[in-house]
Amino acid sequence: MEVILFYLTASVAVISAIFVTQCRNPVNSALNLITTFLCLAVFYIMLESPFMAAIQIMVYAGAIMVLIVFVIMLLNLGLAVKERYTHGMAGAGVLAALVLFVSAYFLGAGEATGTGGSVTSEVIASYGHTELIGRAMFVDFLLPFEIASILLLVAIVGAVILSKREV
Amino acid sequence: MVMTPEVLTLSEAPWLFTGVMLVKIIVAFVATLLIVAYATYAERKIIGRMQTRMGPNMTGPKGLLQPIADGLKLFFKEDIIPSQAHWFAFILAPMMILAPAFISISVIPFGGDLHFTYDGILYAVPMQITDLNIGVLFIVAMAGLGVYGIVLAGLASNSKYALLGGIRSTAQMISYELAVGLSIVAIFMLSETLSLRGIVAVQQQPLWGLESLSFIPNWYIFCQPLAFCLFVIGSMAEINRTPFDLPEAETELVSGFCTEYSAMKYALFFMAEYANMITVSAIATTLFLGGWGGPFYGWINFLIKVFAFMFFFIWIRATFPRLRYDQLMFLGWKIMLPLALVNIVITGIAILLW
Repeated sequence: MEVILFYLTASVAVISAIFVTQCRNPVNSALNLITTFLCLAVFYIMLESPFMAAIQIMVYAGAIMVLIVFVIMLLNLGLAVKERYTHGMAGAGVLAALVLFVSAYFLGAGEATGTGGSVTSEVIASYGHTELIGRAMFVDFLLPFEIASILLLVAIVGAVILSKREV
Repeated sequence: MVMTPEVLTLSEAPWLFTGVMLVKIIVAFVATLLIVAYATYAERKIIGRMQTRMGPNMTGPKGLLQPIADGLKLFFKEDIIPSQAHWFAFILAPMMILAPAFISISVIPFGGDLHFTYDGILYAVPMQITDLNIGVLFIVAMAGLGVYGIVLAGLASNSKYALLGGIRSTAQMISYELAVGLSIVAIFMLSETLSLRGIVAVQQQPLWGLESLSFIPNWYIFCQPLAFCLFVIGSMAEINRTPFDLPEAETELVSGFCTEYSAMKYALFFMAEYANMITVSAIATTLFLGGWGGPFYGWINFLIKVFAFMFFFIWIRATFPRLRYDQLMFLGWKIMLPLALVNIVITGIAILLW
Protein backbone atom coordinates (compact mmCIF):
# COMPACT_ATOMS: atom_id res chain seq x y z
CA MET A 1 0.00 0.00 0.00
CA GLU A 2 2.70 2.43 1.04
CA VAL A 3 4.87 1.39 -1.90
CA ILE A 4 2.03 2.04 -4.36
CA LEU A 5 1.43 5.45 -2.78
CA PHE A 6 5.14 6.20 -2.96
CA TYR A 7 5.44 5.36 -6.66
CA LEU A 8 2.27 7.26 -7.45
CA THR A 9 3.46 10.38 -5.64
CA ALA A 10 6.97 10.01 -7.00
CA SER A 11 5.76 9.78 -10.58
CA VAL A 12 3.55 12.86 -10.10
CA ALA A 13 6.52 14.69 -8.58
CA VAL A 14 8.86 13.77 -11.41
CA ILE A 15 6.34 14.49 -14.17
CA SER A 16 5.42 17.87 -12.71
CA ALA A 17 9.13 18.66 -12.23
CA ILE A 18 9.70 17.92 -15.93
CA PHE A 19 6.77 20.18 -16.80
CA VAL A 20 8.30 23.00 -14.73
CA THR A 21 11.11 23.17 -17.23
CA GLN A 22 9.06 22.29 -20.30
CA CYS A 23 6.12 24.67 -19.96
CA ARG A 24 6.51 27.77 -22.11
CA ASN A 25 4.15 29.72 -19.92
CA PRO A 26 5.62 30.87 -16.59
CA VAL A 27 2.27 30.51 -14.81
CA ASN A 28 2.03 26.83 -15.77
CA SER A 29 5.63 26.31 -14.67
CA ALA A 30 4.83 27.87 -11.30
CA LEU A 31 1.75 25.66 -10.89
CA ASN A 32 3.79 22.57 -11.67
CA LEU A 33 6.42 23.60 -9.16
CA ILE A 34 3.69 23.88 -6.53
CA THR A 35 2.58 20.34 -7.40
CA THR A 36 6.16 19.15 -6.92
CA PHE A 37 6.31 20.82 -3.51
CA LEU A 38 3.04 19.19 -2.48
CA CYS A 39 4.41 15.79 -3.52
CA LEU A 40 7.50 16.43 -1.40
CA ALA A 41 5.20 17.20 1.52
CA VAL A 42 3.56 13.79 1.00
CA PHE A 43 7.01 12.19 1.13
CA TYR A 44 7.70 13.91 4.44
CA ILE A 45 4.47 12.51 5.83
CA MET A 46 5.42 9.02 4.64
CA LEU A 47 8.77 9.49 6.44
CA GLU A 48 6.83 10.18 9.66
CA SER A 49 7.75 13.86 9.66
CA PRO A 50 4.39 15.67 9.62
CA PHE A 51 5.95 18.87 10.97
CA MET A 52 8.34 19.06 8.03
CA ALA A 53 5.42 18.44 5.68
CA ALA A 54 3.43 21.33 7.14
CA ILE A 55 6.47 23.61 7.02
CA GLN A 56 7.15 22.53 3.44
CA ILE A 57 3.65 23.57 2.38
CA MET A 58 3.67 26.76 4.47
CA VAL A 59 7.08 28.04 3.43
CA TYR A 60 7.58 26.78 -0.11
CA ALA A 61 4.06 26.45 -1.49
CA GLY A 62 2.47 29.11 0.72
CA ALA A 63 5.10 31.85 0.82
CA ILE A 64 7.92 31.52 -1.69
CA MET A 65 5.80 30.38 -4.62
CA VAL A 66 3.19 33.05 -3.88
CA LEU A 67 5.95 35.65 -4.16
CA ILE A 68 7.16 34.13 -7.44
CA VAL A 69 3.64 34.10 -8.88
CA PHE A 70 3.18 37.64 -7.59
CA VAL A 71 6.27 38.76 -9.51
CA ILE A 72 5.05 36.96 -12.65
CA MET A 73 1.80 38.84 -12.21
CA LEU A 74 3.42 42.26 -11.69
CA LEU A 75 5.72 41.83 -14.68
CA ASN A 76 2.70 40.61 -16.64
CA LEU A 77 4.53 37.64 -18.09
CA GLY A 78 1.27 35.71 -17.97
CA LEU A 79 0.78 34.98 -21.66
CA ALA A 80 4.26 35.66 -23.00
CA VAL A 81 5.34 32.59 -24.94
CA LYS A 82 9.07 32.33 -24.70
CA GLU A 83 11.28 31.37 -27.62
CA ARG A 84 12.86 27.97 -27.68
CA TYR A 85 16.39 27.80 -26.35
CA THR A 86 17.35 24.21 -27.04
CA HIS A 87 21.11 24.69 -26.74
CA GLY A 88 21.02 25.86 -23.15
CA MET A 89 18.55 23.10 -22.28
CA ALA A 90 20.74 20.44 -23.85
CA GLY A 91 23.79 21.66 -21.94
CA ALA A 92 21.90 21.68 -18.65
CA GLY A 93 20.56 18.22 -19.41
CA VAL A 94 24.01 16.77 -20.00
CA LEU A 95 25.27 18.42 -16.80
CA ALA A 96 22.34 17.06 -14.80
CA ALA A 97 22.90 13.55 -16.17
CA LEU A 98 26.58 13.73 -15.15
CA VAL A 99 25.66 14.87 -11.64
CA LEU A 100 23.11 12.04 -11.44
CA PHE A 101 25.76 9.44 -12.37
CA VAL A 102 28.27 10.81 -9.89
CA SER A 103 25.76 10.96 -7.05
CA ALA A 104 24.51 7.45 -7.87
CA TYR A 105 28.12 6.23 -7.72
CA PHE A 106 28.67 7.90 -4.36
CA LEU A 107 25.42 6.47 -3.03
CA GLY A 108 26.41 2.97 -4.13
CA ALA A 109 30.00 3.21 -2.89
CA GLY A 110 29.36 5.01 0.40
CA GLU A 111 28.40 3.53 3.74
CA ALA A 112 25.74 6.06 4.64
CA THR A 113 22.89 4.20 2.95
CA GLY A 114 21.15 1.49 4.88
CA THR A 115 22.37 2.58 8.32
CA GLY A 116 19.73 3.90 10.71
CA GLY A 117 20.09 6.93 12.93
CA SER A 118 19.05 7.30 16.56
CA VAL A 119 15.63 8.64 15.60
CA THR A 120 13.54 5.58 14.80
CA SER A 121 9.79 5.16 14.36
CA GLU A 122 9.46 4.14 18.01
CA VAL A 123 11.25 7.29 19.22
CA ILE A 124 9.02 9.46 17.03
CA ALA A 125 5.93 7.67 18.29
CA SER A 126 6.89 8.15 21.94
CA TYR A 127 8.13 11.76 21.82
CA GLY A 128 6.36 13.23 18.82
CA HIS A 129 8.06 14.62 15.76
CA THR A 130 7.55 18.31 16.54
CA GLU A 131 8.99 17.87 20.04
CA LEU A 132 12.08 16.12 18.64
CA ILE A 133 12.73 18.92 16.16
CA GLY A 134 12.17 21.53 18.85
CA ARG A 135 14.61 19.80 21.19
CA ALA A 136 17.24 19.45 18.47
CA MET A 137 16.86 23.09 17.46
CA PHE A 138 16.70 24.80 20.83
CA VAL A 139 18.80 22.47 22.99
CA ASP A 140 21.30 20.43 20.99
CA PHE A 141 22.04 22.83 18.17
CA LEU A 142 21.26 26.17 19.78
CA LEU A 143 24.41 27.95 18.59
CA PRO A 144 24.03 27.12 14.87
CA PHE A 145 20.36 28.07 15.17
CA GLU A 146 21.26 31.48 16.61
CA ILE A 147 23.93 32.01 13.97
CA ALA A 148 21.38 31.25 11.25
CA SER A 149 18.94 33.70 12.82
CA ILE A 150 21.59 36.45 12.85
CA LEU A 151 22.25 35.70 9.19
CA LEU A 152 18.55 36.10 8.46
CA LEU A 153 18.43 39.33 10.45
CA VAL A 154 21.31 40.73 8.41
CA ALA A 155 19.47 39.77 5.23
CA ILE A 156 16.29 41.49 6.44
CA VAL A 157 18.18 44.68 7.36
CA GLY A 158 19.85 44.60 3.95
CA ALA A 159 16.49 44.22 2.19
CA VAL A 160 15.06 47.17 4.13
CA ILE A 161 18.05 49.36 3.27
CA LEU A 162 17.87 48.39 -0.40
CA SER A 163 14.17 49.12 -0.69
CA LYS A 164 14.22 52.37 1.26
CA ARG A 165 15.05 55.48 -0.78
CA GLU A 166 16.58 57.41 2.10
CA VAL A 167 17.88 55.63 5.15
CA MET B 1 -20.83 6.00 29.08
CA VAL B 2 -18.68 3.92 31.40
CA MET B 3 -15.22 3.35 30.06
CA THR B 4 -14.58 -0.37 29.99
CA PRO B 5 -11.50 -2.17 28.71
CA GLU B 6 -13.54 -3.30 25.70
CA VAL B 7 -13.58 0.23 24.25
CA LEU B 8 -11.49 0.09 21.12
CA THR B 9 -10.47 2.67 18.60
CA LEU B 10 -11.48 1.87 15.07
CA SER B 11 -7.94 1.23 13.87
CA GLU B 12 -8.48 -2.33 15.15
CA ALA B 13 -11.07 -2.96 12.43
CA PRO B 14 -9.99 -1.64 9.02
CA TRP B 15 -13.29 -2.11 7.15
CA LEU B 16 -15.31 -0.51 9.90
CA PHE B 17 -12.74 2.27 10.01
CA THR B 18 -13.12 2.95 6.29
CA GLY B 19 -16.90 2.94 6.51
CA VAL B 20 -17.06 5.25 9.51
CA MET B 21 -14.50 7.56 7.92
CA LEU B 22 -16.54 7.84 4.72
CA VAL B 23 -19.68 8.58 6.71
CA LYS B 24 -17.86 11.26 8.70
CA ILE B 25 -16.46 12.90 5.57
CA ILE B 26 -19.82 12.90 3.80
CA VAL B 27 -21.66 14.28 6.82
CA ALA B 28 -19.12 17.06 7.37
CA PHE B 29 -19.05 17.95 3.68
CA VAL B 30 -22.82 18.01 3.23
CA ALA B 31 -23.30 19.97 6.44
CA THR B 32 -20.73 22.54 5.33
CA LEU B 33 -22.38 22.86 1.90
CA LEU B 34 -25.79 23.33 3.52
CA ILE B 35 -24.42 25.95 5.89
CA VAL B 36 -22.74 27.68 2.92
CA ALA B 37 -26.04 27.78 1.04
CA TYR B 38 -28.01 29.11 3.96
CA ALA B 39 -25.26 31.51 5.03
CA THR B 40 -25.96 33.45 1.82
CA TYR B 41 -29.65 33.53 2.72
CA ALA B 42 -28.90 34.54 6.32
CA GLU B 43 -26.53 37.25 5.17
CA ARG B 44 -29.11 38.80 2.85
CA LYS B 45 -31.86 38.54 5.44
CA ILE B 46 -29.79 39.94 8.31
CA ILE B 47 -28.28 42.79 6.32
CA GLY B 48 -31.74 43.53 4.94
CA ARG B 49 -33.16 43.76 8.45
CA MET B 50 -30.26 45.96 9.61
CA GLN B 51 -30.81 48.31 6.68
CA THR B 52 -34.61 48.26 7.12
CA ARG B 53 -35.27 46.28 3.95
CA MET B 54 -37.03 42.95 3.51
CA GLY B 55 -34.32 40.76 2.00
CA PRO B 56 -35.35 37.73 -0.10
CA ASN B 57 -38.93 36.72 0.75
CA MET B 58 -40.63 35.54 -2.43
CA THR B 59 -39.13 32.10 -3.18
CA GLY B 60 -40.67 29.56 -0.86
CA PRO B 61 -41.88 30.33 2.68
CA LYS B 62 -40.05 33.45 3.91
CA GLY B 63 -37.70 33.13 0.95
CA LEU B 64 -36.17 29.93 2.31
CA LEU B 65 -35.77 28.40 -1.15
CA GLN B 66 -33.79 31.40 -2.41
CA PRO B 67 -30.30 29.80 -2.14
CA ILE B 68 -31.49 26.74 -4.09
CA ALA B 69 -33.05 28.96 -6.76
CA ASP B 70 -29.83 30.98 -7.01
CA GLY B 71 -27.77 27.83 -7.28
CA LEU B 72 -29.99 26.40 -10.02
CA LYS B 73 -29.91 29.68 -11.91
CA LEU B 74 -26.12 29.92 -11.82
CA PHE B 75 -25.81 26.25 -12.72
CA PHE B 76 -27.76 26.65 -15.95
CA LYS B 77 -26.15 29.91 -17.04
CA GLU B 78 -23.82 29.94 -20.00
CA ASP B 79 -20.26 29.26 -18.93
CA ILE B 80 -18.05 31.81 -20.66
CA ILE B 81 -14.27 31.50 -20.99
CA PRO B 82 -12.89 34.73 -22.48
CA SER B 83 -10.99 34.09 -25.72
CA GLN B 84 -7.92 35.93 -24.44
CA ALA B 85 -7.93 34.10 -21.11
CA HIS B 86 -5.47 31.46 -20.16
CA TRP B 87 -7.95 28.60 -20.14
CA PHE B 88 -6.20 26.05 -17.90
CA ALA B 89 -5.50 28.44 -15.04
CA PHE B 90 -8.90 30.06 -15.62
CA ILE B 91 -10.70 26.78 -14.95
CA LEU B 92 -8.35 25.77 -12.14
CA ALA B 93 -8.65 29.00 -10.14
CA PRO B 94 -12.17 28.54 -8.69
CA MET B 95 -11.32 24.98 -7.66
CA MET B 96 -8.10 26.05 -6.00
CA ILE B 97 -9.91 28.66 -3.97
CA LEU B 98 -12.68 26.31 -2.81
CA ALA B 99 -10.64 23.21 -1.98
CA PRO B 100 -8.44 24.63 0.84
CA ALA B 101 -11.50 26.07 2.54
CA PHE B 102 -13.11 22.62 2.71
CA ILE B 103 -9.92 20.74 3.54
CA SER B 104 -9.41 22.79 6.70
CA ILE B 105 -12.74 21.49 8.03
CA SER B 106 -11.26 17.99 8.16
CA VAL B 107 -9.10 18.63 11.22
CA ILE B 108 -11.68 20.47 13.31
CA PRO B 109 -13.24 18.53 16.20
CA PHE B 110 -17.03 18.87 16.24
CA GLY B 111 -17.63 17.03 19.48
CA GLY B 112 -16.45 14.47 21.98
CA ASP B 113 -16.17 10.75 21.39
CA LEU B 114 -19.12 8.85 20.05
CA HIS B 115 -19.55 5.30 21.35
CA PHE B 116 -21.26 2.43 19.57
CA THR B 117 -21.21 -1.32 19.78
CA TYR B 118 -20.57 -3.51 16.78
CA ASP B 119 -20.24 -7.26 17.01
CA GLY B 120 -20.32 -7.04 20.79
CA ILE B 121 -17.31 -4.73 20.97
CA LEU B 122 -17.58 -1.13 22.09
CA TYR B 123 -15.88 1.32 19.76
CA ALA B 124 -15.02 4.96 20.40
CA VAL B 125 -15.25 7.28 17.40
CA PRO B 126 -13.97 10.86 17.71
CA MET B 127 -16.29 13.40 16.11
CA GLN B 128 -13.55 14.77 13.95
CA ILE B 129 -12.55 13.57 10.50
CA THR B 130 -8.91 13.23 11.44
CA ASP B 131 -6.80 14.37 14.36
CA LEU B 132 -3.45 15.45 12.96
CA ASN B 133 -0.79 16.09 15.57
CA ILE B 134 0.11 19.18 13.56
CA GLY B 135 -3.51 20.32 13.17
CA VAL B 136 -2.88 24.03 13.68
CA LEU B 137 0.01 24.12 11.22
CA PHE B 138 -2.12 22.23 8.72
CA ILE B 139 -4.76 24.94 8.91
CA VAL B 140 -2.19 27.71 8.49
CA ALA B 141 -0.68 25.88 5.51
CA MET B 142 -4.08 25.46 3.85
CA ALA B 143 -4.85 29.13 4.40
CA GLY B 144 -1.59 29.85 2.59
CA LEU B 145 -2.69 27.73 -0.36
CA GLY B 146 -5.98 29.62 -0.57
CA VAL B 147 -4.14 32.60 -2.07
CA TYR B 148 -3.48 30.76 -5.32
CA GLY B 149 -7.10 30.70 -6.36
CA ILE B 150 -7.30 34.47 -6.31
CA VAL B 151 -3.86 34.96 -7.88
CA LEU B 152 -4.67 32.59 -10.72
CA ALA B 153 -8.10 34.08 -11.27
CA GLY B 154 -6.58 37.53 -11.56
CA LEU B 155 -3.79 36.38 -13.79
CA ALA B 156 -5.70 33.98 -16.05
CA SER B 157 -8.53 36.37 -16.85
CA ASN B 158 -6.09 38.56 -18.78
CA SER B 159 -8.07 41.66 -17.94
CA LYS B 160 -6.93 44.85 -16.22
CA TYR B 161 -9.57 44.88 -13.49
CA ALA B 162 -9.05 41.24 -12.63
CA LEU B 163 -5.27 41.67 -12.54
CA LEU B 164 -5.46 44.71 -10.25
CA GLY B 165 -7.95 42.92 -8.00
CA GLY B 166 -5.71 39.88 -7.89
CA ILE B 167 -2.61 41.90 -7.02
CA ARG B 168 -4.42 43.75 -4.26
CA SER B 169 -5.85 40.60 -2.84
CA THR B 170 -2.54 38.74 -2.87
CA ALA B 171 -0.74 41.57 -1.11
CA GLN B 172 -3.53 41.75 1.44
CA MET B 173 -3.63 38.03 2.13
CA ILE B 174 0.15 37.69 2.45
CA SER B 175 0.25 40.62 4.87
CA TYR B 176 -2.50 39.39 7.13
CA GLU B 177 -1.48 35.74 7.04
CA LEU B 178 1.61 36.67 9.06
CA ALA B 179 -0.36 38.40 11.78
CA VAL B 180 -2.86 35.54 11.98
CA GLY B 181 -0.13 32.89 12.10
CA LEU B 182 1.77 34.74 14.81
CA SER B 183 -1.37 35.26 16.90
CA ILE B 184 -1.95 31.49 16.85
CA VAL B 185 1.63 30.86 18.04
CA ALA B 186 0.71 32.28 21.46
CA ILE B 187 -2.06 29.66 21.70
CA PHE B 188 0.11 26.65 21.22
CA MET B 189 2.75 28.08 23.51
CA LEU B 190 0.10 27.77 26.22
CA SER B 191 -1.45 24.48 25.14
CA GLU B 192 1.89 22.75 24.40
CA THR B 193 0.24 20.78 21.62
CA LEU B 194 -0.50 21.37 17.95
CA SER B 195 -3.40 18.95 17.81
CA LEU B 196 -6.78 20.71 17.77
CA ARG B 197 -8.26 17.92 19.87
CA GLY B 198 -5.57 18.52 22.48
CA ILE B 199 -6.21 22.27 22.43
CA VAL B 200 -9.93 21.70 23.05
CA ALA B 201 -9.11 19.29 25.90
CA VAL B 202 -6.84 21.89 27.56
CA GLN B 203 -9.62 24.45 27.35
CA GLN B 204 -11.99 22.28 29.36
CA GLN B 205 -9.93 22.63 32.52
CA PRO B 206 -10.84 25.35 35.08
CA LEU B 207 -9.78 28.89 34.31
CA TRP B 208 -6.06 29.58 34.78
CA GLY B 209 -5.79 26.24 36.58
CA LEU B 210 -7.61 27.63 39.63
CA GLU B 211 -10.17 25.31 41.24
CA SER B 212 -12.07 28.26 42.73
CA LEU B 213 -12.82 29.48 39.22
CA SER B 214 -13.93 26.07 37.99
CA PHE B 215 -17.34 27.38 36.90
CA ILE B 216 -15.57 29.27 34.07
CA PRO B 217 -13.86 27.10 31.47
CA ASN B 218 -10.25 27.81 30.55
CA TRP B 219 -11.09 29.23 27.15
CA TYR B 220 -8.14 30.93 25.53
CA ILE B 221 -10.17 34.06 24.87
CA PHE B 222 -9.69 34.83 28.59
CA CYS B 223 -5.90 34.32 28.66
CA GLN B 224 -5.27 35.62 25.15
CA PRO B 225 -7.73 38.45 24.42
CA LEU B 226 -5.17 40.24 22.23
CA ALA B 227 -4.45 37.14 20.18
CA PHE B 228 -8.20 36.63 19.77
CA CYS B 229 -8.72 40.18 18.45
CA LEU B 230 -5.75 39.85 16.09
CA PHE B 231 -6.99 36.49 14.86
CA VAL B 232 -10.52 37.70 14.17
CA ILE B 233 -9.44 40.93 12.43
CA GLY B 234 -6.70 39.19 10.50
CA SER B 235 -8.96 36.35 9.37
CA MET B 236 -11.56 38.83 8.27
CA ALA B 237 -8.91 40.43 6.07
CA GLU B 238 -7.65 37.07 4.87
CA ILE B 239 -11.03 35.89 3.66
CA ASN B 240 -11.71 39.30 2.05
CA ARG B 241 -14.77 40.19 4.08
CA THR B 242 -15.95 43.76 4.53
CA PRO B 243 -14.33 46.07 5.73
CA PHE B 244 -11.36 44.43 4.02
CA ASP B 245 -13.06 43.51 0.73
CA LEU B 246 -10.77 45.70 -1.38
CA PRO B 247 -10.13 42.98 -4.00
CA GLU B 248 -13.73 43.29 -5.11
CA ALA B 249 -14.28 46.99 -4.48
CA GLU B 250 -17.10 47.61 -6.98
CA THR B 251 -16.52 51.33 -7.29
CA GLU B 252 -12.92 50.90 -8.41
CA LEU B 253 -12.47 47.42 -9.82
CA VAL B 254 -15.91 46.29 -11.11
CA SER B 255 -15.74 42.94 -9.33
CA GLY B 256 -12.00 42.47 -8.83
CA PHE B 257 -10.47 39.11 -9.55
CA CYS B 258 -13.75 37.45 -10.55
CA THR B 259 -14.81 40.09 -13.09
CA GLU B 260 -14.47 37.75 -16.06
CA TYR B 261 -16.13 34.76 -14.43
CA SER B 262 -19.67 33.61 -15.03
CA ALA B 263 -22.10 30.82 -14.20
CA MET B 264 -20.96 28.03 -11.89
CA LYS B 265 -17.35 29.25 -11.69
CA TYR B 266 -18.60 32.57 -10.36
CA ALA B 267 -20.78 30.66 -7.90
CA LEU B 268 -17.71 28.72 -6.76
CA PHE B 269 -15.99 31.98 -5.79
CA PHE B 270 -18.98 32.92 -3.71
CA MET B 271 -19.21 29.48 -2.16
CA ALA B 272 -15.51 29.77 -1.32
CA GLU B 273 -16.11 33.07 0.42
CA TYR B 274 -18.78 31.56 2.64
CA ALA B 275 -16.91 28.30 3.13
CA ASN B 276 -13.91 30.35 4.27
CA MET B 277 -16.17 32.22 6.64
CA ILE B 278 -17.35 28.92 8.13
CA THR B 279 -13.79 27.60 8.35
CA VAL B 280 -12.50 30.72 10.07
CA SER B 281 -15.42 30.69 12.50
CA ALA B 282 -14.80 27.03 13.27
CA ILE B 283 -11.08 27.62 13.83
CA ALA B 284 -11.72 30.62 16.06
CA THR B 285 -14.25 28.56 18.02
CA THR B 286 -11.80 25.70 18.43
CA LEU B 287 -8.78 27.79 19.32
CA PHE B 288 -10.33 30.48 21.49
CA LEU B 289 -13.85 29.53 22.56
CA GLY B 290 -13.33 26.02 23.86
CA GLY B 291 -14.39 24.12 20.73
CA TRP B 292 -17.32 21.85 21.48
CA GLY B 293 -17.25 22.43 25.24
CA GLY B 294 -20.35 24.00 26.77
CA PRO B 295 -23.73 23.33 28.35
CA PHE B 296 -25.33 21.28 25.54
CA TYR B 297 -24.35 18.13 23.69
CA GLY B 298 -20.99 18.42 21.83
CA TRP B 299 -21.70 19.50 18.28
CA ILE B 300 -24.67 21.69 19.26
CA ASN B 301 -22.34 23.93 21.31
CA PHE B 302 -19.94 23.97 18.41
CA LEU B 303 -22.57 25.02 15.89
CA ILE B 304 -23.94 27.71 18.23
CA LYS B 305 -20.49 29.27 18.56
CA VAL B 306 -19.80 29.02 14.82
CA PHE B 307 -23.14 30.62 13.96
CA ALA B 308 -22.50 33.38 16.49
CA PHE B 309 -19.20 34.12 14.77
CA MET B 310 -20.80 34.15 11.35
CA PHE B 311 -23.49 36.49 12.61
CA PHE B 312 -20.70 38.74 13.87
CA PHE B 313 -19.02 38.75 10.45
CA ILE B 314 -22.33 39.58 8.74
CA TRP B 315 -23.03 42.29 11.30
CA ILE B 316 -19.61 43.85 10.61
CA ARG B 317 -20.39 43.81 6.91
CA ALA B 318 -23.62 45.69 7.45
CA THR B 319 -21.93 48.25 9.70
CA PHE B 320 -18.47 49.25 8.52
CA PRO B 321 -17.35 51.10 5.38
CA ARG B 322 -14.46 49.77 3.34
CA LEU B 323 -10.89 50.67 4.29
CA ARG B 324 -8.57 52.57 2.00
CA TYR B 325 -5.70 50.50 0.58
CA ASP B 326 -2.89 52.35 2.39
CA GLN B 327 -4.86 52.14 5.65
CA LEU B 328 -5.18 48.41 5.13
CA MET B 329 -1.44 47.94 4.67
CA PHE B 330 -0.70 50.26 7.60
CA LEU B 331 -2.99 48.27 9.87
CA GLY B 332 -1.53 44.95 8.79
CA TRP B 333 2.18 45.67 8.91
CA LYS B 334 2.59 48.47 11.44
CA ILE B 335 -0.07 47.64 14.00
CA MET B 336 -1.12 43.99 13.89
CA LEU B 337 2.25 42.37 13.17
CA PRO B 338 4.11 44.18 16.03
CA LEU B 339 1.19 43.53 18.38
CA ALA B 340 1.28 39.82 17.54
CA LEU B 341 5.04 39.72 18.23
CA VAL B 342 4.60 41.59 21.53
CA ASN B 343 1.86 39.14 22.45
CA ILE B 344 4.22 36.20 21.90
CA VAL B 345 6.91 37.82 24.07
CA ILE B 346 4.43 38.57 26.85
CA THR B 347 3.07 35.02 26.71
CA GLY B 348 6.61 33.65 26.90
CA ILE B 349 7.42 35.77 29.97
CA ALA B 350 4.16 34.74 31.61
CA ILE B 351 4.88 31.05 31.00
CA LEU B 352 8.39 31.47 32.48
CA LEU B 353 7.07 33.26 35.58
CA TRP B 354 4.23 30.82 36.36
